Amino acid sequence: MNTTTFQPIAARPAPANTSGPLAWIKANLLADWATAVSTLVIGGVLLWYVPQILNWAFVKAVWLPSFDACQGKDAGACWGVISEKYRLIIFGRYPFEEQWRPLVATLILTGLLVLSCMRTCWKFWLAPLWLVVLAVYFLLMYGNVLNLSKVDTERWGGLPLTILLASLSLIMSFPIALLIALGRRSNLPAIRSFCTVYVELIRGVPLISVLFMASFMFPLFMPQGLQIDVLVRVLAGITLFAAAYLAEVIRGGLQAVPKGQTEAAATLGLSYWQTQRKIVLPQALSMVVPGIMNSFIGTFKDTSLVTIVSLYELTGSMKLAISSDADWMPFIMEGYLFIALIYFIFCYGMSRYSQWVEKQVNKSKLR
Amino acid sequence: MSETKTTHSMITFDKVNKWYGNNFHVLRDIDLSVAKGERIVICGPSGSGKSTLIRCINRLEEHQQGRLVVDGTELNDDVKAIDRVRKEVGMVFQQFNLFPHLTVLENLTLSPMWVGKLPKKEAEEKAMAQLNRVRIAEQANKYPLQLSGGQQQRVAIARALCLKPKIMLFDEPTSALDPEMVKEVLDVMIAMADEGITMLCVTHEMGFARAVADRVIFMDQGQIVEQNNPHDFFNNPQNERSKDFLSKILGH
Repeated sequence: MNTTTFQPIAARPAPANTSGPLAWIKANLLADWATAVSTLVIGGVLLWYVPQILNWAFVKAVWLPSFDACQGKDAGACWGVISEKYRLIIFGRYPFEEQWRPLVATLILTGLLVLSCMRTCWKFWLAPLWLVVLAVYFLLMYGNVLNLSKVDTERWGGLPLTILLASLSLIMSFPIALLIALGRRSNLPAIRSFCTVYVELIRGVPLISVLFMASFMFPLFMPQGLQIDVLVRVLAGITLFAAAYLAEVIRGGLQAVPKGQTEAAATLGLSYWQTQRKIVLPQALSMVVPGIMNSFIGTFKDTSLVTIVSLYELTGSMKLAISSDADWMPFIMEGYLFIALIYFIFCYGMSRYSQWVEKQVNKSKLR
Repeated sequence: MSETKTTHSMITFDKVNKWYGNNFHVLRDIDLSVAKGERIVICGPSGSGKSTLIRCINRLEEHQQGRLVVDGTELNDDVKAIDRVRKEVGMVFQQFNLFPHLTVLENLTLSPMWVGKLPKKEAEEKAMAQLNRVRIAEQANKYPLQLSGGQQQRVAIARALCLKPKIMLFDEPTSALDPEMVKEVLDVMIAMADEGITMLCVTHEMGFARAVADRVIFMDQGQIVEQNNPHDFFNNPQNERSKDFLSKILGH
């Protein structure tokens, strides 16, 4: 029998260029008659509406804080309302001449939030730095020291309050959610049922009612003379609420880690907590980054509900600022668009950050 | 104390029984004694309880009746006993079970650093020595999924060896591998067999059994049906069930 030698076929380049703008249009916009028709219809609708929207929002818009100009027959959007009221919208009921304090405090807090998101800053000094920044934040905001006048928490408001509520409740809910998620998979029946009941109870009620209880019912059960600040109670309410949802997201990740991983860890002698910390959680969390960020963004926007217990965060302070002034009240739509833009900037930033985190944690999966 | 009576034997099963749920009697009256340094190959049809048997040895599965003593420690609900046994017993799985989020080197140093409390540098030196032993040192800084199956399994063996176990358990270590990679893993295991470590290996690699096993155990339906040295087991099986099994796996 003859033996033949294996002759590998040399690799060749892919066939002639199928990319480029023309090819893209053909493939994506005019592939067949149905695609072509929908391209035409959607294009027509866009051509009709986009110029009108641009016209309203920019060309005919009134930018001056002049009430009369906004009344003009042909006037578009009245951005004057924002120029007139932006400080009230952004800082809420915080005393007008003291508004530099929430500005500085929030800039420091936001700066630290950004630092905490960067990998190079994940060092041990971050924890004490947080304590320092929070202390400075509350001293600045609350005052009553160093010639700063006292400002009660119920006067705090606007964007600083939104950022404070969101960042603190997210940071505190995360460790709680981790424990609840682990607890729901515990071998100990007492822990498992406690965590399950917790999640089901919290998920069973709307955030509004949690806030309501935290704000109005909780004080009724407190012993006489013991008062917990409404801001703290509301913060606790949001935190416990967010933790229940986050716990379920994390539990989804825990379930996706193969059993072989914990078995291998057990044969290597790792304890339960070592196994969770070193093996299970890193894999589980990296799988559910999109879900966690979903939950975070949801909580960020949920803070707008604290208005019902008379804390005027961004949404509340915007409504308060514009609807309390009969002249400007017709232009509350512009107010909503303005805060929508602010919310969007924050949420989009969180979303981009989440994509970066996903890239980081997926490095080990790249071949 | 149960620590003294069972000398000479490294692992002793004494009428061990185990059930999954209420109805599936997976291990039935297992009596088995493994001497120090002995190399045992366990084979049998799927569902016969081979994997469960060796997984009882490091308590990945618990037995419900009978006594199981490993290196002088009886396995029961005592968590300290389990920890003590797991320090002596290394295990290699069919699916490798490497930690995909850690590099090869980190996979090896994890337990020595966190359980054995070794300083990082020392743990890494020892890990590199083990990687050299399985001839894969140049891959130390890659992630497991960047390696071939055979390489991953060699890393898994090195990881188990980092703990200097007295006993090594292999649960079908080559079953998930491409045929071309089986040999590189078996070569590593054969080299290890020469070092006097007690080995229990669930496998159908009969060439490996012939080359290194002191004893072949054939299991079916949760029982040990036949055990013998490899030569006699393959050439002259005594039980009808083992004859039938051998004719199927060696028949082509």
